[in-house]
This record gives sequence, C-alpha cells and structure tokens, in this order.
Amino acid sequence: MNTPAKTRTARTCDAAATLVITVLGWTAIFVLIAIAGFLVHSSLRALDEVGIWSMIAGSDWFPTSSNARFGFLPAQIGSAWVTIVALSTCVPVGVFAAIYLSEFASTRFREVAKAVIEFMATIPSVVFGLIGLSVLVPLIREHLPVDSGLIGLSAGLVVGIVCLPTIISISEDALRSVPRELRQGSFALGNTRWQTAYKVVLPAASSGVFAAVMLGLGRAIGETMVVLMLAGNAGIIPTSPLEAARTMTGTIAQETGEVVRGGLHFSVLFTLGLVLFVITFVINLIADLVLERSRKKWSR
Amino acid sequence: MVTTEPAGSFDISNLSVSYGSEAALTGVSFYIEPRRVTALIGPSGCGKSTLLRCFNRMNDALDNVKVEGLIALNGSDINAKSVDSVSLRMYVGQVFQRPNPFPLSIYDNVAFGPRTQGIRKREQLDELVIDSLKKAALYDEVKNSLKKHAFELSGGQQQRLCIARALATKPGVLLMDEPCSALDPISTGMIESTVEQLKESVTIVIVTHNMQQASRISDTTAFLLRESIDEPAQLIEVTDTTTMFTQPSDQRTENYITGRFG
Amino acid sequence: MTRTPTKTRPARSKEVVTFSSYCSKRARRIEAIVRSFTAICCVGVVVLVVFLLGYLFIRGVGSLSWSFIFDAPKDRMTAGGIWPAIVGTLWLIGLVSAFALPVGIATGIYLAEIAGQSRPVRMLRIAIANMAGVPSVVYGLFGYAAFSLALGFGKSLLAMGLTLSCVTLPVVITATEEALRQIPKEQRQAAMALGCTRARTLGKIVLPTALPGIITGAILGLSRAAAETAPILFTGVAFFAPVATNVTQPSMALPYHLYIMATQPTTPAPHIVWGTALVLTGMLSITNAGIATWRSYKRRKLQW
Repeated sequence: MNTPAKTRTARTCDAAATLVITVLGWTAIFVLIAIAGFLVHSSLRALDEVGIWSMIAGSDWFPTSSNARFGFLPAQIGSAWVTIVALSTCVPVGVFAAIYLSEFASTRFREVAKAVIEFMATIPSVVFGLIGLSVLVPLIREHLPVDSGLIGLSAGLVVGIVCLPTIISISEDALRSVPRELRQGSFALGNTRWQTAYKVVLPAASSGVFAAVMLGLGRAIGETMVVLMLAGNAGIIPTSPLEAARTMTGTIAQETGEVVRGGLHFSVLFTLGLVLFVITFVINLIADLVLERSRKKWSR
Repeated sequence: MVTTEPAGSFDISNLSVSYGSEAALTGVSFYIEPRRVTALIGPSGCGKSTLLRCFNRMNDALDNVKVEGLIALNGSDINAKSVDSVSLRMYVGQVFQRPNPFPLSIYDNVAFGPRTQGIRKREQLDELVIDSLKKAALYDEVKNSLKKHAFELSGGQQQRLCIARALATKPGVLLMDEPCSALDPISTGMIESTVEQLKESVTIVIVTHNMQQASRISDTTAFLLRESIDEPAQLIEVTDTTTMFTQPSDQRTENYITGRFG
Repeated sequence: MTRTPTKTRPARSKEVVTFSSYCSKRARRIEAIVRSFTAICCVGVVVLVVFLLGYLFIRGVGSLSWSFIFDAPKDRMTAGGIWPAIVGTLWLIGLVSAFALPVGIATGIYLAEIAGQSRPVRMLRIAIANMAGVPSVVYGLFGYAAFSLALGFGKSLLAMGLTLSCVTLPVVITATEEALRQIPKEQRQAAMALGCTRARTLGKIVLPTALPGIITGAILGLSRAAAETAPILFTGVAFFAPVATNVTQPSMALPYHLYIMATQPTTPAPHIVWGTALVLTGMLSITNAGIATWRSYKRRKLQW
C-alpha cells in the first residue's frame, strides 16, 4: 500500500484545512449575534427611561424639543403606507411576469429577460431614487391633487420597482422547480398552458411564491435610500399615501448622524433599529421556513 | 510495494451494516479469491452496493453508517485503527455506475491517482497513463488526443477512461458498481472483454443487475436477498458461477435466476 | 399519375378539424388573454430597465470628461470632478475583498462540503439567510456602534469597509455554496475512491470546477458593497474629503455623493449628479455584463 508517513501528512493537512474552514464558517453567526447584541446594548437606556410600549405605541415624534416625545407610530405608519403601495404594485406585476417567464416564454426570451432582471438587482437604490425624483415626482405633482410630489405614493412606487427582481426571480425559481412530469400530465389531459399553470403549477409552487412575496416585503420595509429621497420625511402620522411620510428606515438614516452619542435620542434610534431588525427577522424567518419546506417537497 | 504484495483477496466474516437504527445487511461471510471475478447479484435494494462500499470504506464518508464484523484484505483487517482509509482506497480501486470523469484532460484524469500518490516524474507518469489506458482498451482510440477534454469522449469511452483512472494507482482490487448500466450494448461488450483481461492482474468484484452479464464474466457469484422490507438483506449463496446458474443449491436463488431468465 | 393517393388526403384534414372542438373556445380565449397580460408585465419590466439605463445615459453622458473623472470637486461642490469619491469606492471594494471574501467563501465551503445536516448547522443556515434580509440601515447602526465606537475606528474607511463586509457576507456565502452544490457528488466519490483526502478532493477537483460560480458570487457581493449607501452613512462617509491615502481617514464614496448632491434643497449642479449616477451604474454594469459573459462561456464548456 502507500507509505504511512505520506498519508499521515495528507491527513494532517486535511484536518488543518477542515478546522480553519469550520472556524471561519461559524464566524458568520457571530456577526448576526453581534448585530442583535449591539442593538440591544445601545437601546438599553431608551428601554429603561422611555419604555418599549410608550415608544411603539406613542404617536408623537418630537425628539429634540425640551419635552421630548419618542413615539414610533408616525414612522411605523409611514413605513406601512410605503410598503402597502410597493407591494400592491410589485407583487402582481412580479408574479405575473414570473408566470410568463416559466410557463409561456420561449427559452431565448427567458434567458434575455432573466439576465436583464438579474442586472436590475445590481442597480444601486440611490440611482432609482434619483430617477424617481426627476421623472416620477414631477408627474405626480402634475396629475394628482398634492402640493409636492414627495409623498408616500412616489416612494412606494419606486420601492416597488426596487423589489421587483427579488419577487420575480424567487417566484420564477419556485414555478420552474415544479417537475415537468406534472405539467405533461396536465397537458395530456387536454389542459391549456394557463389551465395547467393555475390548476397544477401555481398550487404546487404556492409556498415558494409566498416566500417570494415575504422576501419582497422584507426588502420593502428595509429600503432606506429611496424613501429618504422620495417620501417627504414629515414627522406626522400620514393618513393616506398621498401625504408626506417618514419611515422607520428614513428616520434612522436621517437622524443618527446628528445626535449626541450615548444620549437618549441616540439610544431611541437604536431601539427603532431593533424594532426594524425584529420585524424583518420574523418576516425572513417565515419566508425561510416556507422555502425550505417547498424545497423538500420536490427534492428526492 | 504494491507489486510485491499478493493480489487482493477478501475474507469477510459476519459482516453487518446499518444506516442509523435500520439494519441494511446482516451476517455476511464469504471469501473473495484473488485474481478472479466475483459478481454480486440480487434484486435492487438487496445491499449489493452497500456491501461493495465496505471493501474500500466509502461508507466512512456517509453519516451514521455502522459497519460491524471483519473484512480482511490479504489477511489484515481493513477496519483496524492502524489502517488508513486513504491508502486503502489507493489499493482498492472503484468504478462507478455512471461514468464520472473529472473535468480535466484525458491524460490528467488518468494521472490524477498517481499524482495523489506523489508521483511527479514526467516519464513515470507517461508510462503509467499509457499502460493504464492500454489495459482499459482505450489507448488506441485516444493515443493522438491525450490532451483532449474528457467530456468530449462518448459515454462508453468515458467509462473506460474511469477504469484506466482506477488502474493507474496500481490497485490489487477493482470494485465495479454496475459499470455498464448507463451504457449501450457495444460499449458494454468492450468493458466486459476488458474485465476478462484485467483479472490476470487484479481481483475484480462487480455488482450487476444483469444476470447474463454475471454468467458471462464472473468466476464466482454471490446472491444477496432482502426477504422482506422489515428484515436486513442476507447473503443467500456463494458458489462457482457455472454451478450457480445450472444447479443452485438454494430454492430462493433458483427462483430469482429462473424468474429472471424466464 | 395513374394512381392518385392525394385524393384520400382531404378526408384526413377534416378529422383534424373535429379535434379542435375538444378545447373550448372560452379556454382558448382566456389562454390568449392571460398570455398577453403576463407578457405585458414581463416585457414591461424589461422595458423599464432599458428605459432607466437609457435615461441615465442621456442625462449623464454630457458630463463625462477626463477632468470630471480625475479632478476633485471645486467651487463649493458646483464644479470639478468626482475623483475622491471614485477612489473612496475603490478603497471600500478593496477592504470588502480583504474581509468578506475569505470568510464568505470559507463559510460557503463549510456549508456545502463539511457541515452536514445537524441542528446547529440548520441554525447557521437560517442565520445566514436572515442576515441577507437585515435592512442595510440596521447594518449602518451596527457598524456605527461596533466599529466606529466600540472598537474605536471612528469615522473611517476601515469602519465603512467592515460594515459593508457584513452586508456582503451573505451574498458571497450563498453564491459559493450554490456553486459548490452544482458539482455532482459522483465527482467527489471518484476522487475519494482514488485515495484523495477531503482537502485534496476540494483543492484539485471541486474548487477549480466551481471557481466561475464562486468568482461570480464574489463580484456580485462586491458590486452590492459598492452600491450601498445606508451602511456607510454613519461610519465615515464624507460630503467632501480629499483623496484618501489610508484606511483611518474618512472618505467620499460614489453612492453617497450621488445621494447628497441630488437632495440639496437647490440643486446647483445637476450635471454632477447625473454624471456620478452614470459613472456608478456604468462601473457596475460593465463588471456584471463582463462576468455574466465569462461565466456563460465557461458553463458552455462544462456540461455535465
């Protein structure tokens, strides 16, 4: 057989490489723990002095007045309006586009369209914000009864565009991972493509499409630069998407750079970050568990 | 080293394999003679491939597989602490169900094993590569294109390349796990005649679901059977191939063979 | 022409006509409507992207010049170029390559090759999937608290680079793992059966084959880092700073420059805004188009 010394060296190298990779592999989880840890640590003062409920349920945001009020409701409702507008445009468009790509499109068109959509995901959100400012905002100011185009609606529409690639590519993956045999079975019974799509493919891929919507939702709530540039950032509770809104992400982005380190306002902003972190974490966790289940369904 | 050792023989006694809590194979004992072709036959799911993987400890790589009992290669236990699975696998080569050449050139595929053993000298590698390709009956077809990418070969050629690759480490035993199941009849014929020639220098253990193939190429045949899904598979009978296919001693063997020959 | 087999053919085509009544007219009409509607959605998205790029190009191409790229801003940010911002973004890409790529690629290898399916490993997977969904502004807060304040890096390229590395990490990990999973397990078995250790199998067979995929993932991660603004808002990006010479300095960066110039109450220099947007998008487009072409070429050569 082989010389024992040589294989022993090979074994040692193998063990060393495995160890290094394993240790590096686990550092990723430390980052997530550190994010949670630092957010909680910096929030402690606000949680202690203001209290979590009076922040989450507080309707006034006057962080710098002498009688400071730290209510998150304006930001939470602002985020909600932007997200509702974003999802109600990008979910239908995205899912229908995914259905076209997976069920109707020719191979050639699919490849081109997928490349374009993949590319769309790499365009910086500031660039979307800029184009929103110069194209969408003037349009909205002209055609809708609003003073300025910097409102929840404009931000929501552009955020919807930013979320499109996520929703399209994940739903398309889910639709295409439905085995071909299922489609053929349906075609063989004389169903048209669309009948096959909604009777067979969509129910089979429903959990994947749901996960795509959830990930799109997480993306929409977390989008910062577009809302900072387009939503108008007024510190009041907006009653419709036609009013200026300030979102949770926008509030953090705008104020954190200017507050006194370690002060109460600073700590409150970290609490807002913590709330945002928890919301997106839960959304992503649901999406992830659903995705894992749907993946298991078709992998043998 | 390799050349001075006797050709490989396996002495298996009371071997059992289980996946987690489920027993897959139990109480297997038989002797595999050196420089002969031994065929493992039986219906699918009867543990043929599981048994084969015990011979080069490929089961080590799978999670929660437990192997009990003794497998002695040339008289020494291969599961002993002192035996390194890596060097064991250089002595016990394997050819898989589907051709699986590496995404490298033909030459580099065959030279892969020797390079792993630390052979660097160009002349020595050239000699090994040519020799192995000749043994696998592929040399004449590829001698002018050794630098060609292995994926450009046909399926049958790829499988013979995999045989050549396994031979290049100068193994004493070659394990073949249904090597022809993905191939056309002509390529199958070529591989069978390769096996015929190879047994002069190496011991061959071949898993096959094709009984005609077993009767054509093997000297000894072992029949494995899992009688019900709740029980682990067992070794029913091992005999000389001619006897097995003309007068099997066990009724179950006869049922299987005649059913299939039907 | 004495025998005329053609005579019998018309009868056959009549039969074909009767088949079509099996599919109802209504189903056909719905099929046509749905097909065109979904096609409009899909083509609409593609047209939108083309429109965005075209618009950006038309508005921005006029400002491109040698001096726009290689000069520093002048006259209170109303003239001059964007060189310090380009250099800042390049610095950040370099720092992210140094931090996020080794850890990300190692984690991808760990998950695909070593980890298995135990419960802690499932937790690790979920954690990584969730890291990708954490809003970038939360990374900004974390980077500010952890790197700028707790570790004392202040407002600097180093703090920004580390923050962006955390943002990029999940992208690189997922892409690496995905690329490694593409490789059939038969390849690994073959190498092991020839007496390779796991490290050698990885180094000689698995990694070289997966390399195009891993590199693509790495570039994707780096372009994400170059495009992000929110994570660097509090960790060291500057409205104006000279060309950075080491990692302890604050620095300008392209996406922030674009944001701040676009949102001034009065926009004094629109040509700077559009020029910056075009340079940033152009950098990312060219890199991504290049890497996509390279990979599809590599993939065509390697068909399993």
